[in-house]
Amino acid sequence: MEKYIKGRVWRFSENVDTDQIIPAIYLVTGDRQELAKHAFENVRPDFARDVKEGDIIVAGPNFGSGSSREHAPRALLGAGIKCVVAPSFARIFYRNSINIGLPLVECDVDAADGDVLAIDFEDGKIVNTNTSAGYTFPSLPDFLVDLLDVGLIENTKRKLMRTG
Amino acid sequence: MTIAEKILAAHAGKERVSPKEIVDAKIDYVMVNDVTGLPAFEVFEEFGTKPILEKSVLIQDHYVPNKDVASAEQAKSMREFAKRFGIPNHFDVGRGGVCHQIMIEEGFSAPGRLIVGADSHTCSYGALGALSTGIGSSEAASAMATGELWFRVPETQKFVVDGELGKHVMGKDIILHIIGDIGVSGSLYRSMEFYGSAIESLHLSDRITISNMAIEAGAKCGIIPPDDAVFDYLKNRVIGEYSPVYADEDAEYEDTFEYAASEIVPVVATPHLPENVTPASEIDVQIDQAYLGSCTNGRIEDLRAAAAVFKGASKSVHPDVRMIVVPASKSVFEQAMREGLIGIFMDADAYVSGPTCGACLGGYMGVLAEGERCISSTNRNFIGRMGHPNSEVYLANPAVVAASAITGRITDPEDLLEG
Repeated sequence: MEKYIKGRVWRFSENVDTDQIIPAIYLVTGDRQELAKHAFENVRPDFARDVKEGDIIVAGPNFGSGSSREHAPRALLGAGIKCVVAPSFARIFYRNSINIGLPLVECDVDAADGDVLAIDFEDGKIVNTNTSAGYTFPSLPDFLVDLLDVGLIENTKRKLMRTG
Repeated sequence: MTIAEKILAAHAGKERVSPKEIVDAKIDYVMVNDVTGLPAFEVFEEFGTKPILEKSVLIQDHYVPNKDVASAEQAKSMREFAKRFGIPNHFDVGRGGVCHQIMIEEGFSAPGRLIVGADSHTCSYGALGALSTGIGSSEAASAMATGELWFRVPETQKFVVDGELGKHVMGKDIILHIIGDIGVSGSLYRSMEFYGSAIESLHLSDRITISNMAIEAGAKCGIIPPDDAVFDYLKNRVIGEYSPVYADEDAEYEDTFEYAASEIVPVVATPHLPENVTPASEIDVQIDQAYLGSCTNGRIEDLRAAAAVFKGASKSVHPDVRMIVVPASKSVFEQAMREGLIGIFMDADAYVSGPTCGACLGGYMGVLAEGERCISSTNRNFIGRMGHPNSEVYLANPAVVAASAITGRITDPEDLLEG
């Protein structure tokens, strides 16, 4: 995982559910690129069109609520999103994201669409380069840092090797 | 320790666990459906191993019978995965129904068990005293391969509902009342435990509705201490042995919330969050569709409650409304036929279909057009949940759904039946 990223902000409000991230009618594939074409289609049609590799989502509390669909973080990864920053996340979305390598940061950040955020994962610091406002966030438990780094698939393979 | 702590400790081989601790625990079952299955099977290929047969359960329910070619391919991938590895617990079209109803009916769910499923409403089995929770597809694949998964031990909140419930008040109203109070993130990452005389008085079906919607408050699980209602239900049904788990006297709860049953009335959750709770008698909204079904309220007791309203009112579905009735499983459908409920619905001009999740998540079999409103016995009223982004879903109990179908406006059954 990259230790430092800098990216353009897409701002969302609170309680963004996974039906908003990827509507259920598209749950007929697990392919990231295919899912990315319909990300936020019902609530923010410009997202799929204008999102760029390296962009960051900044949202209000309870991001990723609702359905367990892993298609949601897959769609965001497919769209090139590098990190989601929100004061809190729904638990299944949180697990899914960490498991497939989408970093999440629990932090209440003031940022508008188009602002550029710099995130230092090692030091737990965020700077909004447009407003110069700085924020800190607690680091993840070691277990989750490892999981985010190697991914659940590799983690499971290692477990299977150990247990024979 | 609380119930969730005890179940996690037992499955992690530990004496004690504490909130926030991360443990590796052995799971009793892992379930996937046709929508979450395909991504899980693709990940599973990477492991180069076989699934643990007795722990893996595959259920076709979201988009079966298939809505299009893509969903047909998806369902086919589950069929092929089941055949290739010889997984005995694969419930295909015509043999099962909505996954959570099947996990309960077929005896997979029991007190003290740790069950995961790649569907957020897996928390339903808390009504039988299990710790069950939703997970993603990749980790479902991992659990099928290893029989284990990582869990963060949740803090537990206690909810106590005491007293006698009023007429037409169901489990749905209790859980919506609670979510209306604490909000959609009121139990984020927590375990909810439900107590009190009103909970004890409920039929298992109503308890399942409560546990089912724990996720709508953000909870990891919603557990009800098991009693005779559960033990009787499990006789001649449960697979294997089980042992009930109860909280210790000195269990530590993060919060305790107390409610008087007498203050809970038939309610509606208005768009676009389950926390927007209002008494059904206090809103006047015209509807286009009425939906009765789902893992939340598609059981025989739910169909009985709705049919009783049609019988009591001696009226049919309003000419401007279409009503869709979807029993949650084959056996619910069969029982409803035996009891004459299907006839009551059809005589009232409702459309009755075999089990599928289709309409609940706006997939097919009841998708809403722009500007349409649906009163629904389901669990989510998010933006675009049942169709067009400018359509609206109002969540309610089955009796309210039936009463509203008759009048064409959101209606408390009491107001319809009193005259």
